[in-house]
Amino acid sequence: MFAVLGLFALFAPFLTLAANRIVAGEGIPVWAVAAPEVTGPGLIAIALSLVLSLPAALPKLRLIGAALGIVALVWLLMQGSETLLQGAGTYARVSLGSGFWFLFAILLLLAADALSYLAPGPLTRGVLLIGTIAALVLILWSGALTDLSIFKEYASRQDAFFDAAGRHLGLAFGSLAVAAVIGFPLGVLSHRNETMRSAVLPILSFLQTIPSLAMFGIMIPILAWVGTTVPGARELGVAGIGFLPAFLALVIYSLLPVVANTVAGLEAAPPAAMDAARGMGMTRNQRLLQVQLPLGLPVMLAGIRIVLVQNIGLAVIAGLIGGGGFGTFVFQGLNQTATDLILLGALPTVALALVSAITMDILVELAQPNTTRHQ
Amino acid sequence: MSWANLLRAAVCGLMLALVLRPEWFEPMFAPFAPEGAAIIYDRASLLSLSLSHLVIVAAASVAAVFVALLLAILVTRPSGKAFLPLSRTIANMGQTFPPVAVLALAVPMLGFGSGPTLVALFLYGILPIFENTMTGLSTLPPATMEAARGIGLSRRQRLFQVELPLALPLILTGIRLSVVIAIGTATIGSTVAARTLGEVIIAGLLTNNTAYVLQGGLIVGLFAVLIYDALTQLETFFQKRLGLAH
Repeated sequence: MFAVLGLFALFAPFLTLAANRIVAGEGIPVWAVAAPEVTGPGLIAIALSLVLSLPAALPKLRLIGAALGIVALVWLLMQGSETLLQGAGTYARVSLGSGFWFLFAILLLLAADALSYLAPGPLTRGVLLIGTIAALVLILWSGALTDLSIFKEYASRQDAFFDAAGRHLGLAFGSLAVAAVIGFPLGVLSHRNETMRSAVLPILSFLQTIPSLAMFGIMIPILAWVGTTVPGARELGVAGIGFLPAFLALVIYSLLPVVANTVAGLEAAPPAAMDAARGMGMTRNQRLLQVQLPLGLPVMLAGIRIVLVQNIGLAVIAGLIGGGGFGTFVFQGLNQTATDLILLGALPTVALALVSAITMDILVELAQPNTTRHQ
Repeated sequence: MSWANLLRAAVCGLMLALVLRPEWFEPMFAPFAPEGAAIIYDRASLLSLSLSHLVIVAAASVAAVFVALLLAILVTRPSGKAFLPLSRTIANMGQTFPPVAVLALAVPMLGFGSGPTLVALFLYGILPIFENTMTGLSTLPPATMEAARGIGLSRRQRLFQVELPLALPLILTGIRLSVVIAIGTATIGSTVAARTLGEVIIAGLLTNNTAYVLQGGLIVGLFAVLIYDALTQLETFFQKRLGLAH
């Protein structure tokens, strides 16, 4: 099935060439992006990778095929963008076409499919993840793709990009840290006190329901009011617009997964283990730290995974209220109808979310107590 | 539980008043509007924006429910088993894509307006329902399935009379997740010129008119909370009917 889809994708426009960064480009099929002696090997490699995906019983072969295909795609991009730009005018832009995206998606799915069959252990997955990131960084660093439009957008706002990246990470990870500091004790208290639990969890899930744009919006007047009435708050940078309202909104969204998963994690300790701990004369805090915490760690880490992925996505909206982050590029791009500027904001966000999700999945698996693994 | 119903009625009333008679709230919002600016959003009627918001969410969600159920049923049949691991991976990884990014990426392909928002909401909405239905259908108690086979139910009968009803609470959880995300993402759809309540919030952000921001934010927030609550009630109802509730 993938092979058929992949063949169709080969006929879709691979790159588009436009006179400048705003107008819609003209699609160019993959065999025409460069001289035949350049595209030929690339096409053969992609075809080979699709053929390698056919034997269903050989997931390793499929994985190698997918990797080969992706290498071929990158190579075609490098050659194609350079050739197309020659003699096309100073403002000409080469963007990624639908054919590229389809092929890329199909090859990634092939790789994901092969990996889900192979079911590698957490360490192997970690090595694969680091390897992929290293390859990506190497390609970006080498400057091989600088002719593509998205990298021209990057080149013209290099400083702003790293600024935004820092802001984005600060928003996502900072709010997670604050939420963990507030949420963990709240979770422990809710675990011990039934009344508290029945009050805290519904309130937090109610807050979680509020649409993000509304939440960011409502934070603005509250913080503006604090900034003007509380003495000294303004000097600390408390204001209606900017980093702080976005940060606070993210903290509020993060609380539910942290608290709910802390409670669930603490309850995950089997009664027998708790009885044994009590029988050994452990105090309540000792039981918490030495029995419940280690046993509940995977569930709590799963909560952190939810928060991290959610915050990386939501931090994009901070761009709308002057909070910075990759959202700035996304919304600037939307305003200027400059597709590649949108991509410059959206792609790093997606990549960041994916990497965090995979990393957290690996950590969750590593935190599983040995007993459950042997069962 | 009557106090809960009372609260529900009050919230409903507040929402209707905000949508239908916004002028009643003028004194409340007045301190937030800049001098001389309009206090109540008047570039479009709040009612038409609300309706358009709800229609976009409803259309995307209904389509997503159909597609997600169909796909989940297909991959849990014996003939579709080969796709089950891949489906899990796609559902799992797909949900890490930020909804805003999906929306932003839909624009270059589909242009501005309500269309891309609808498509983005639909595509994103499939995942939670698909994942939950898949989990629901593949973790049924083996004894029940054995019994269903034992009393001579055909495959189709087993699906409609046993499997789907048993998976229903989990499916509904997926639908609720999906709808709540859709309401929020539709709000952001206004940045790509979809007609939703986000328009009010964004107009407020652009003109520094906090009164608009509050107005739009309150209505959307109340919508989301009410719909979330209604779907939770539905879930508890079905759980009770199945005898699963405590």
